[in-house]
Amino acid sequence: MDGVSTGVRAAARIVARGDGRGGTSLPVLEGEGPLAVRRTRASGDEARVLLVGAMSGPLGGDRFTVEAKAADGARLRLGSSAATIALPGQTKEEARYEVRLDVAAGAELHWLPEQLISARGSELTVTTRIRLASGARLVYREEQVLGRFGEEPGRLTSRLAVRLDGRPLLDQELSCGPGAPGGWDGPAVLAGHRALGQLLVVRPEFVDAPVAARPLGECAALCPLAGPAVLVTAVAPDALRLRHVLDGALRDLS
Amino acid sequence: MHLDHLHDGPSAVGADARRPDGTRRALRIGLGGPVGSGKTATVAALCRALRDEVALGVVTNDIYTREDAAFLLREAVLPPERIAAVETGACPHTAIRDDISANLEAVEDLEDDTGPLDLVLVESGGDNLTATFSKGLVDAQIFVIDVAGGDDIPRKGGPGVTTADLLVVNKTDLAPYVGSDLARMAADAKAQRAQLPVVFQSLRTEAGVTAVADWVRARLAAWTA
Amino acid sequence: MSRAALLVLADGRFPAGGHAHSGGAEAAVRAGRVTGAASLEEFCRGRLHTTGLVSAALAAAAALGADPVVLDAAADARSPSPALRAAARRLGRQLLRAARPAWPATELDALAREFPKGAHQPVVLGLVARAAGLGAADAAHCAAYECVGGPATATVRLLSLDPFEATAVLARLASEVDRVADQAVRAAHRVLDQGADALPAASAPLLEIGAEAHAAWPVRLFAS
Repeated sequence: MDGVSTGVRAAARIVARGDGRGGTSLPVLEGEGPLAVRRTRASGDEARVLLVGAMSGPLGGDRFTVEAKAADGARLRLGSSAATIALPGQTKEEARYEVRLDVAAGAELHWLPEQLISARGSELTVTTRIRLASGARLVYREEQVLGRFGEEPGRLTSRLAVRLDGRPLLDQELSCGPGAPGGWDGPAVLAGHRALGQLLVVRPEFVDAPVAARPLGECAALCPLAGPAVLVTAVAPDALRLRHVLDGALRDLS
Repeated sequence: MHLDHLHDGPSAVGADARRPDGTRRALRIGLGGPVGSGKTATVAALCRALRDEVALGVVTNDIYTREDAAFLLREAVLPPERIAAVETGACPHTAIRDDISANLEAVEDLEDDTGPLDLVLVESGGDNLTATFSKGLVDAQIFVIDVAGGDDIPRKGGPGVTTADLLVVNKTDLAPYVGSDLARMAADAKAQRAQLPVVFQSLRTEAGVTAVADWVRARLAAWTA
Repeated sequence: MSRAALLVLADGRFPAGGHAHSGGAEAAVRAGRVTGAASLEEFCRGRLHTTGLVSAALAAAAALGADPVVLDAAADARSPSPALRAAARRLGRQLLRAARPAWPATELDALAREFPKGAHQPVVLGLVARAAGLGAADAAHCAAYECVGGPATATVRLLSLDPFEATAVLARLASEVDRVADQAVRAAHRVLDQGADALPAASAPLLEIGAEAHAAWPVRLFAS
């Protein structure tokens, strides 16, 4: 990270570990300012943590980092209490949001936050890096909404890079909004859709029982990756219809 | 024949008579001709006639993909794994003549996956009278026209009619109904093709394809000699 | 480098199977998203800055001598749609077949042995460019141009679009193709220092989604 930012810096760190009695403990659960974290009621052997936005953001110039690790035997489910809204800040600088997820062999992480909304005039780069050990299990959802209701979007760049056992499994970047490379809203990329999302499911079982690719209506597709993983890519007119598609796909995969 | 170094890799070049492992590859015979002349029906009849004697596969080239392959599958002339479909991007003649790479791949994959094969029939998508197969793709080609397409086609000529190793005039049973003069077609074909053979056939009976099947058998005998 | 070798490689008549692929244009036409020259231009522009940039960077990195096996894995990670991965490998295999007699090289023989069913086409393109005595910028230009040229040609057939209009679209995109190729070459040089993660990963959701819809059609004109 560079040292000249004038915005807010905030970090959250979560480490989950199997407690040896069939449950999951949280030896590290740290958050600050806009990235407060709260443990919610566990369900079975799964620990649940919510990111609680104490203020809306990130604003221009802000640097947010979330690190979550599901270590040996852990089952961790992460969510957020509300949508994250990227807003313009006092400075002309872009905001950065970094997410790092690590999942050990046999551990399971569900990352199911609410939407990221790119408000007019904002400029945000989100980078998500996920490292999976061989045998790790993951359910990962991300949803971006371009502009609040009826509003022009800000500038949003979002990269999702996933490595499994040290090898690249998925690497996708999307840039949209004013100033993004040409054609981002055209017929090859978004074609006017204002909500887009990805659902990534990684399971060792997919090696022996691969899922067949299939279109999910006109605006979504379920794609087995070149590894034990399935990606659902969807675009939709709005957040509600996007969630409907991703929820349906997740149910089908369960 | 191509340069020696090309034999090293997994995919040899089309005209090579050997597969990368040194074994003799299948004889490749192309079937071309205008839309509706009976190419697919001839392929189906050939499969029925030859499948008990030789190991064979079929590659189809559709204008709209997979229609012809689907027909052959429905007719169950061969096990499904012996039939491959090549998509031609609305240009069937390009895929058999100017850019044969997809067809070569399909032929080789058929041999790799189901081989060794003695014979692969490559059926072109229905096209015009100028569509011929590249020598890099097939060892011999059959051009199929029919009496209903007009009895002046042999006279008009064109590369398919004049240069194909075998010209098949199909649907002779329809000649009385469409007013085609078979004798005139035979004379015109003879004039266009000199010594190259012509077969008149009707596939209304199982024996209809016998002459073409015999021609293929002779080609196979020469190939394996 | 030989400028004429670049023309041979970039020629639409180079027999490497491209004529049977629409680069997503057939799906976009069917969905009503491409209806004429203007929407074709926006389609090509979006494709250029996403899959075009990635392809150009892969080709440039391969031309610079980066490990093709590593680049191929990076290409897989950047192509979620299995239909697109299959098409890229098929085209890679066809390109290699056409290129080996044209520019015999032990590197191409080795690539064919390593990937008997085909490596991703841009990776093959980069190595073919190398074998032809061309450089990273040439490879990047070929890949970037091909990614807009394919859909333009296909749209002429799909919509009976005036071929002069389609060619004018390509001419209007030329300076953007140049910029994307330059960007790709810079990324390719970073790959040599930092590894394949330095490759761009720009994605186009509707190209991925459209490719899967297209693959499920029973009847279509193009292979992808």
